[in-house]
Amino acid sequence: MLDLSVIVNNFKFLVVQGLLGVGGFAGGTLRLAIPAIVLGFVLGIFIGLARLARARWISAPATVYVEFFRGVPLVMVIFWIWFIIPQLLRFPIPEYGVALTAFVIFEAAYFGEIVRAGIQSVPRGQVEAATAVGLTRAQTMRFVVLPQALRNMVPSIVTQMIVLFKDTSLASIIGYVDLTKAAQIVNNREIRPFELYLFIAAVYWICTYSMSRVAQRFERRTA
Amino acid sequence: MKYEFNWSVLWSGQSGGWLLQGLLTTLEISALAWLLAAALGMVSGAMRTVPWRLLRAAATFYVEFFRNVPLLVWMFFWYFGVPPLLPRPVQDWLFNHGAEFWAGMFALGVYHGARMSEVIRSGIQSIPKTQFEASVAMGLTTFQAYRLVIVPIALRLIVPPATSESLNLLKNSSVALTISVAELTFQTRQIETYTAKAIEALTAGTLIYLVLCLGIAAVMARVERRFAIPGLIARGG
Repeated sequence: MLDLSVIVNNFKFLVVQGLLGVGGFAGGTLRLAIPAIVLGFVLGIFIGLARLARARWISAPATVYVEFFRGVPLVMVIFWIWFIIPQLLRFPIPEYGVALTAFVIFEAAYFGEIVRAGIQSVPRGQVEAATAVGLTRAQTMRFVVLPQALRNMVPSIVTQMIVLFKDTSLASIIGYVDLTKAAQIVNNREIRPFELYLFIAAVYWICTYSMSRVAQRFERRTA
Repeated sequence: MKYEFNWSVLWSGQSGGWLLQGLLTTLEISALAWLLAAALGMVSGAMRTVPWRLLRAAATFYVEFFRNVPLLVWMFFWYFGVPPLLPRPVQDWLFNHGAEFWAGMFALGVYHGARMSEVIRSGIQSIPKTQFEASVAMGLTTFQAYRLVIVPIALRLIVPPATSESLNLLKNSSVALTISVAELTFQTRQIETYTAKAIEALTAGTLIYLVLCLGIAAVMARVERRFAIPGLIARGG
């Protein structure tokens, strides 16, 4: 029945190369997920702030951006980037670049909403008090609103990080060798789908569940 | 390399029919998966709040395991991993009746059931505990209290997060293209393969998803107002 030797024999390929991205070829779930999370969050901060801007020519495009990307599937966005980038740059870029671009653009819309909700959760009195003591709007944002907002955002940010981490599996659709693709490659040779897919499910689970546990401890400490 | 637009590929030839078929398949797989997800979510979400430890543990295991693993992995698992373990006649029946559709539907439903469960649990937990205590004091059993009081109130409270979760399900049905379910994204790719007009095909698919999602969101915003309980408005997840 269960044949675990397929896991043992391919453990190095699956975990070291597929998950961590350490090895001879460009791949790895973490090598894609970590920059995607960081860049997506940075872009998300700008989009969240833009949505709250007073000037309509800033807030309206940001709103359209968010509504658009929250209304289409990520798979669709990946295909868009896959076809558009070679047209725009006039040369193809590796799957890694395609996947990273797609994730950053897509997830920034979700991070933007988290940032917006976080900022709006800061009581109005805080802004009024900051203005009263003579801070400019930029200073108010930087020293008063954002530090409090960030604390309120932590749970949603972690949830979104976990979602993004799981979403990186979709990079395998365009041929990027992450953990999921690595399992597919091994399965094509060994035909042990039950063991292999259950194994990578467990690996993903360990990663995401430990992320959520760390977040819970962090929340308790800062709350 | 200059791109020549040719929008007529969308209505000449087979493209229109493919898009329509894709849309119908997307709606079909999403609707069935939604029913499964709603049922699993309601049962497991309620189970996570009951005063019996064993039921709570079982529901927690289901939720934590299924929602923390990528949907794509579940698609592969249910489509490639599980059928070979089933008895021969069941396998034959499945592969004669579109196994990829059923595996995709099941993967989608079980995955989103775990996510829906969290929505329903948070709805139940936002109900004042006195509601449950009053029901028990009036002589209802725990099961009756949940069925007649707690779950109906929770369902009215969670319309906004449940809507956004349902839209996630609809969008995530696109992942089923990896196990070759001929849904909307799959058909979009097919048009692109046949006509070599990627931008036109992707635009058509994207617009259909946008219209679906924004349309459902608009309808549910009205439903939300209708079902909101005055004085007990829980916004967000």
